[in-house]
Amino acid sequence: MTSLDPNPISAPPQEHARPDARGRFGAFGGRYVPETLVPALERLERGYAEATASAEFQAALVRELRQWAGRPTALTRAERLGTAWGCELWLKREDLAHTGAHKINNAVGQALLAQRLGAKRVVAETGAGQHGVATAAACARLGIPCRVYQGSLDVARQAPNARRMRLFGAELVPVDINGQPGTLRAAIDEALRDWVSDPDGTYYLLGSAVGPHPYPRIVRDLQAAIGREARAQLLDATGQLPDAVVACVGGGSNAIGSFHPFVGDREVALLGIEAGGDGRRHGATLTRGRPGVLHGTLSYLLHDEDGQVLETHSVSAGLDYPGVGPEHSFLKDSGRADYLSVTDAEALDALQEVCRLEGILPALETAHAFAGARRAVTDLRDRLGRTPRILLTCSGRGDKDLGILEDCLGTGEATR
Amino acid sequence: MTRPTTLTPAEAVSRAIRTPRHAGAPAVVAFLTGGFPDLDTFVEHAVAVSQVADVLEVGVPFRDPMADGVTIQRASHTALDRGASLARILERLRARRGELGCPLLLMSYLNPLLARGLERLHDEAFACGIHGFIVPDLCLEEAEEQVARCREAGLAFVQLAAPATPDARLARLCDASSGFVYAVTMNGTTGGAHAPADPLPHLRRVKRHAGALPVCAGFGISTADDIAGLQGVVDGAIVGSALIRAIEAGQDPADFVRALRPAASRQETSR
Repeated sequence: MTSLDPNPISAPPQEHARPDARGRFGAFGGRYVPETLVPALERLERGYAEATASAEFQAALVRELRQWAGRPTALTRAERLGTAWGCELWLKREDLAHTGAHKINNAVGQALLAQRLGAKRVVAETGAGQHGVATAAACARLGIPCRVYQGSLDVARQAPNARRMRLFGAELVPVDINGQPGTLRAAIDEALRDWVSDPDGTYYLLGSAVGPHPYPRIVRDLQAAIGREARAQLLDATGQLPDAVVACVGGGSNAIGSFHPFVGDREVALLGIEAGGDGRRHGATLTRGRPGVLHGTLSYLLHDEDGQVLETHSVSAGLDYPGVGPEHSFLKDSGRADYLSVTDAEALDALQEVCRLEGILPALETAHAFAGARRAVTDLRDRLGRTPRILLTCSGRGDKDLGILEDCLGTGEATR
Repeated sequence: MTRPTTLTPAEAVSRAIRTPRHAGAPAVVAFLTGGFPDLDTFVEHAVAVSQVADVLEVGVPFRDPMADGVTIQRASHTALDRGASLARILERLRARRGELGCPLLLMSYLNPLLARGLERLHDEAFACGIHGFIVPDLCLEEAEEQVARCREAGLAFVQLAAPATPDARLARLCDASSGFVYAVTMNGTTGGAHAPADPLPHLRRVKRHAGALPVCAGFGISTADDIAGLQGVVDGAIVGSALIRAIEAGQDPADFVRALRPAASRQETSR
């Protein structure tokens, strides 16, 4: 059994020491924010550096991750699914973490940081609601008042998570944009507005590896527990590294956390799966966007020729976002990672297969990773000349999606 | 004004603030959302307002305006829904350039400017009567190249100074600014109703650091009384959301700007 790293936030090897001092991952990243937020971000950057150097902080984080959040999470060999797809498939089970997704890794770490920095309140945005639930839970545990902004479209389609946030005592604020029901992008717009009105007393607990420096770095460091544990667990189990690491990408936090510890393992392919939506409307930022600036960072972006950000669509609220973390843009342009998109229909199909063959109900976001892995098997097998070994991050569980699944697939009763 | 032809656009902005139409009152920088309520009406408003304001600020509508409150966001969405874009706004301004009665600044979030191409924009600026830029999400650290390029071209690049800005940073920020320094009166977004109990200490602090460069206060300034209260503290006031609300309510924007002047001088609108 792999134990927890005693220093959950550890410095990466020098050659991968990104971002640079200006928060750049190659050409991407940076800090594109109004002046009001700059001093707050500088404070956060200093506070984070001090926290990571503090044995006391690291010990508190280890304790919370172990005793409360349920780390380390299991690594599961998916025998039947692997046989069906012609690969050796291993699942990193973030769906088993407390509150049901990888989001808790980041929420716990940043909530402890907020406490350390003396924040009077925490604000957060959420898409599918997993980050909102994780933040609400972490704030409940630490006794910090919490407000979560969620697009009103997402409040409706991820209703169980909205109820959980309120049970944890968070104030949930549904966000419309221009009179229309909002999604994650509108929630981030609103959370930033809240933060800008009280940058000193409020801690903005950003949920993905996006936004201005130092957020992409903080979130990546906290999520890197996924890849570090999985790497050690797979080596324990097989003595081998995976041929490919596969994860879904919305903002990209579970993917960057999965990829990062493998970046130096050149023989390990890194594959991010984006939301192809219904084919016409989508959230496939890296595969179909071009660089631009949104929400404080320079990264791939879905925007028109006038620089206006486009509406996105995905069956999965967590992938319904026009931007992406800047480190993914760097990994794409440097050729270290590959990205492809799968449609709503492919994701729904893969989700049912995972349910039937493995007894695991993945989140709709996670279902995209499964659909992408299924599609990638042939290429990997051709390239390697043998059965590929795939590590897939099962980023979250799908209980929250039962309503959408019923709408898309029926109750299961009718088809019998 | 002895040799006006030698003034750079940035200097023309500074001069317009320092020697406003109404001596003895703070200069008025009037903000209009480009393409609001529609492109034709907007450009008429721009020409009319430029006859009474000291500087005209035209905002490029953006769907995700991080530093703006609900009023400007609403106006931006309306403008975009009715076909506004940076290209079309520039086109209208270019056509009416000769009729503008005061220096013009273009306010935009970075992404529409990047999409147009920064180099191309600088060439276009002169043709459109644009004297400089305000880019609220391009903070000092990311702005170096822009600052240098504007300085070379003589265009203004206005930096924003927030109450949270520490003194050392404020000094660097004032050094990098041209045209004027935009002193944000409070933490929050434009149009905010909750002005701080007393913004004056912060404004005085900005004024001290700005040296010869004029200072204009913005965010939450909406009435003639607000502006009168800035007399002797800063050189000008920026009025945005209140002007947009007036347009929404069917008021004539030039009349609204005229009414922001001290009562005694409202008739003398020629420079």
